[in-house]
Amino acid sequence: MLRFLVRRLIVALLVAMTVMVLAFVLTRLSGDLAISIAGPSATQADVDAVRKAYGLDRPLVVQFFDWMGQALTGHLGESFFFKEPVSQLIGERMSVTLTLGLTGLVIALALSIPLGIVAAVNENTALDRVVQLVALLGQAMPSFWLALLLMIVFGLRLGWLPISGTDSWESYIMPGVVLAFSAVPALTRLTRAGMIQAIAADYIRTARAKGLSRTSILLKHALRNAAIPVVAVAAVQLGFMLGGSIVIEQVFALHGVGFLAWESIQKNDFPVVQSVVLVLAVIYVALTMLADILNAVLDPRLRGA
Amino acid sequence: MKLGWRLAGTWLGAAIVGIAAFCAIFAPLLVPHDPFAQDIPNRLQVPFWMDGANPDHLLGTDQLGRDYLARLILGCRISMLIGVTVSIVSGLIGITLGVLGGFMGGKVDDAVLFAITTRLSIPVVLVALAVVGLLGSSMILLLLTLSLLLWDRFAVVARSTTMQVRRLDFVDAAWCAGCSRFRILTREILPNIASHLVVVATLEAALAILLEATLSFLGLGVPPPLPSWGLMIAEAKDYMFFSPWVIVIPGVALFVLVLGINLLGDGLRDFFGARARSEP
Repeated sequence: MLRFLVRRLIVALLVAMTVMVLAFVLTRLSGDLAISIAGPSATQADVDAVRKAYGLDRPLVVQFFDWMGQALTGHLGESFFFKEPVSQLIGERMSVTLTLGLTGLVIALALSIPLGIVAAVNENTALDRVVQLVALLGQAMPSFWLALLLMIVFGLRLGWLPISGTDSWESYIMPGVVLAFSAVPALTRLTRAGMIQAIAADYIRTARAKGLSRTSILLKHALRNAAIPVVAVAAVQLGFMLGGSIVIEQVFALHGVGFLAWESIQKNDFPVVQSVVLVLAVIYVALTMLADILNAVLDPRLRGA
Repeated sequence: MKLGWRLAGTWLGAAIVGIAAFCAIFAPLLVPHDPFAQDIPNRLQVPFWMDGANPDHLLGTDQLGRDYLARLILGCRISMLIGVTVSIVSGLIGITLGVLGGFMGGKVDDAVLFAITTRLSIPVVLVALAVVGLLGSSMILLLLTLSLLLWDRFAVVARSTTMQVRRLDFVDAAWCAGCSRFRILTREILPNIASHLVVVATLEAALAILLEATLSFLGLGVPPPLPSWGLMIAEAKDYMFFSPWVIVIPGVALFVLVLGINLLGDGLRDFFGARARSEP
C-alpha cells in the first residue's frame, strides 16, 4: 500500500511540474509581453521600462525557475492589472468557485444516482430507455445556452431566481443546475452499469433467498457496491467542473476563479492566467489521486497497478 | 421492440448528420440571402411561426438585419468543418500515441500514459481561451488548439484495444511470417481497432463542435462577422429577454446537431459490437 501511495504521489508531482512548464510556455506564446502590457500608445522607452520592471528582460529559463521557486512556497507572482499577489486574488475567489462546483456535484449526484437505479432495476424497459434518452439529451446540451434559457424562464418570466451575482444562496441554484448537467450523463450511465452488474451478483441472490425486502437489497447491498466507481468518478468530475465553471461564472457574473481567469485573459495579465491553469490542474491531480487511493482502499486488487 | 428503438435513434442521427453535411457542403448555394448583408431598418424581424413575420426572412433577421436562416446555414458549415477537422487531427495524434503505447509496452507505454494523465489534468476551456486570447482569434488557430487538446480519448481507446489485439493469434502468425513491425501495426492491428476509433471520432466531433460554440460564445473563438452558432447566441444575448427566439434558433441547431452525432455514434457502437459478437 505504501509503495502504491509513493508511486502515485511521484506521478502526481511530475504531472504538476509538466503542467507548470506548459502553462509558462502558453502565456509566452504571444511574443513580447512587454509590448502588450505597455499598451498601444507606448513608446520604446515605456516598453523597456515595463520589461525591466516585470523582470521580462531576464532569460526565459531564469523567469521560469523564479516562478517555480516562488510557487513552491505558495507565492505565484503579482498581477499586472490588480497589483495584488496572485495567490491572494485566487484565494479570495476560490470560495465562489468551490461553492459552485460542490453545488453542481451534489445536484448531479442527486439526479444521476436515482436515475441510474431506476434504469438498472427496469433494464431494457421503456423506463430504462427514457433515462438513457435523458442522458443523451444532457450530453448534447450546450451549457451556456441552457444557462440563458433558464435565465429567461426562471429569472425573467417566473421571477423565481436571481439571474446574476452571489448575493444569496439562491444565486447558486441556476449555475449549479447548469454545471450539474455536464456530469449527469456520465454518472447516470455509470450508476446504471454498476447496478446492473451488482444485481446479477451472487450475494444479491443470497440476500433475496434470505427474504430481505427489495428496497433493502437494492439500497444496502447493490448500491454499496455500485457506488465505488461512482464516487471515484464523482471526484474526477468535480475537477472537470471546476475547470469548466469559467463559462458559467461568466454567464451568471459569479466572481470566482473562472471569472478572474476570463478577465485576466482579456487584459493580458499572464501571471494570473498561468497560475489559474496551474491551480486548477493541481486540484484535478489531487482529486484523481484521492479517487485512486479511495479505490485502492476499497478494492485491494487495484493496489498492484 | 428493443432493436426498433435503437435503430430509429441511429437512423435519426444519421439523417441529422446527413442534412448538416449537405448544408455544410452546399451552403453558398442554399443561402436565401447574403449572410453578411446588413439591413438596419429591418432588424430583429420575427421568424415564420410568429405574427407579423416577413415571408422573405423565414427565420427572421438578427440585430443588424442579417438574414437568420442564411447565417444558420453558414454556421452549420463552420460547425461541421470544426467537427470533422478536429476529429481527424486529434485522431492522428491520439491514435499514434495510443497504438505506440499499447504495442510497444514498457517505457514507451509509461510515457504515453503520462502524456494522457497530463493532458487530462489541463482545464480545456481555460487553456483554449488563453491561447486564442493571447494569439488572436482565427479559424486555423482554433482548429489547431482544439486538436491539440482533444486527443486523449483517442489515445485511451487506441491503447487499450491495441493491447487486446496484440495478443491474438493472427498477430503472432504475422510475426512468424516475418512481417516488419510497421507492417504488423498498419496491416494487422489498425484495421482491427478501427471500428472502436470511428465511434470515438463521432464523440470527439460532437465535443469539438460544443467547445467551439462555447469559445465563440465567450468571444474568443471564430472571429466575427463569421456566423458561428455560438457567436450568434453571444451577439443575440442582449435581445433575448424581449425576443427569446434570437437565442433559441441557433441553440436548437447546435443541440440537434450534437444530439444527431451522438445518436449516430451510439448506433455505430451497437452495430460494431453486434458484428463482433456474431463473428465466430
